[in-house]
Amino acid sequence: MSAPGTPSPSADVVLEVKDLKKHFPIRKGLFSSVVGHVQAVDGVSFSIRRGEALCLVGESGCGKSTVARTIARLEEPTAGSIVLNGTDISALGEGEIRPYRRQMQMIFQDPYSSLNPRLTAGEIVSEPLTNFGLAMGSDLQARVASLFERVGLRADAMAKYPHEFSGGQRQRLGIARALAVSPQLILADEPLSALDVSVQAQVLNLLIDLQDELQLGYLFVSHDLAVVEHIGHRIAVMYLGRIVEIADNASLFDTPLHPYTEALLAAAPVPEVQRTKRERIILTGDVPSPSAPPSGCRFHTRCPYVRPECSRIDPPLVEVAPGHHVACLLRPGPSAGHAAP
Amino acid sequence: MAIVAEPLPAPASTRQQSGTMRWVRRHKTIVVGLVILAALFIVAVAAPWLAGDPLQFEPTNRLKKPSGEFWFGTDQFGRDVYSRVVHGARISLIVGLCVAALATFLGLVIGVLCGYYRRIDGIVMRFMDGMMSIPAILLAIALITLMKASLFIVIVAITIPEIPRVVRLVRSVVLSVRARPFIDAAIASGTRNSVIMIRHILPNTAAPLIVQATYVCASAILTEAGLSFLGAGTPPEIPSWGNVISLGRTFFQIAPWIIFFPGLCLAITVLAINLVGDGLRDMLDPRIARRM
Repeated sequence: MSAPGTPSPSADVVLEVKDLKKHFPIRKGLFSSVVGHVQAVDGVSFSIRRGEALCLVGESGCGKSTVARTIARLEEPTAGSIVLNGTDISALGEGEIRPYRRQMQMIFQDPYSSLNPRLTAGEIVSEPLTNFGLAMGSDLQARVASLFERVGLRADAMAKYPHEFSGGQRQRLGIARALAVSPQLILADEPLSALDVSVQAQVLNLLIDLQDELQLGYLFVSHDLAVVEHIGHRIAVMYLGRIVEIADNASLFDTPLHPYTEALLAAAPVPEVQRTKRERIILTGDVPSPSAPPSGCRFHTRCPYVRPECSRIDPPLVEVAPGHHVACLLRPGPSAGHAAP
Repeated sequence: MAIVAEPLPAPASTRQQSGTMRWVRRHKTIVVGLVILAALFIVAVAAPWLAGDPLQFEPTNRLKKPSGEFWFGTDQFGRDVYSRVVHGARISLIVGLCVAALATFLGLVIGVLCGYYRRIDGIVMRFMDGMMSIPAILLAIALITLMKASLFIVIVAITIPEIPRVVRLVRSVVLSVRARPFIDAAIASGTRNSVIMIRHILPNTAAPLIVQATYVCASAILTEAGLSFLGAGTPPEIPSWGNVISLGRTFFQIAPWIIFFPGLCLAITVLAINLVGDGLRDMLDPRIARRM
């Protein structure tokens, strides 16, 4: 079986993540001895091809941002492999990783704090170019100016400081910085959630246009299902550090198979009247602590369809339809038929 | 869908050029402090022209009261206290400035490295805690008994215990700056550690560091005076406010002017430096400045 979520093994796979784990130690006491681990990401696998947007959705604290940060090697992975254009970068040292950063760039959630307030916009965007010695002097200025125009900013804004821009313009700066070194993969960690709704659409459209034009691979982390439906080619739903369902956009929204996905979709407001209203599934209780995840299926404590075996058996991610993987005991493989809830 | 660029904000309207007077009115403490320090600096530089030989003995003029001839009176050897105080200003300023510069520079380097590389942090900070527990005066006495008393030894002895204070401050600023997302952004875009430290972290430490430097300077001047008073500071052939006060101590009931004038100068100098420091802190810390 191919890695979950890989429609067909292909040479244009930009990123392949296998069984990625990130556990944060919990330290306590005088000698800060490790008393436990927060299993922020616990065995996540997926792949992203050129020109493809994979969205990671889930509620706060499910580990979706940690996945992006770990791939960007801002966090050290605890286990698993991160294969970027054929090279496993998960075990590279701090200095060894640097050349590979040219192939992947990150867009951050907060456009206010992710730009150094003491540098001008031009300096911020030109930094990646100088880091890799890609341009100097007037060439650098010209490239930065064209990046500004590409993201919809006026080139004469280069001399301004971040505080002189609006939120949407700052996120455009963040996007220009990410594009500067012509990466093949963009890790976008909730790039819209700090923006006004009116500006969100503009920035989202910019990201989609850039993807079409430059054939970028996107790992798009978001909790906004409307945004995800708009930009995502494939969507992975995360719960407590694991992917519980991964499918292409249409299958996931039309036939969600995991009870958590159903609940998530049911919780989102539906603006379109034609769409049949989903049956409301209201989850009770809180998300269990990621430092002590439940036995068996991690969702069994809140699942409306819970069965006795759910607390014992940890369901693997199984392909139930072409390209549609789900980790639920209620959903056996396509041959066994569907156990309708 | 087409990209709709948000309109750029209109160019900042011609901001009213705040005149020098407005700045002066807003930052009175800095201005007062700077004026005093500037006067002191001029006096220190021009000491040989402003006053006579501070070492000239004139036994016939012993313990003279302040008068037209001897503005600050004379001491028990008939030396001109005015001349000694004027020359003493040099020592105070040299010690203050050198200690502030040395402690700030060394503290900055160690602090940035500690805050950025967490691996060395634990060890270096424990070492700094150890250094902090050494009293400047005892260290100076120890160093001077080991070596010949000189201005250099005094500066070194005062600098060493001041370094950990600067390190602690810089380290805490670096830790908070390092946690800000633009550092992650710089790392993710392939910026080298050295560039991150110099370009992204160092400028953010400048404001608290300048303020701390003024306090280090004031404290160094006081420590030097204390050392000289104890006889462990500048050698007796160099007049400093501390050793002038020390020598005048035995005669202060019959000749209080000997300790009064250097003491007054010391107090005014330290006050002026602290005024500048407080003013800078208010000016550079936007949270306090907004309230003004």
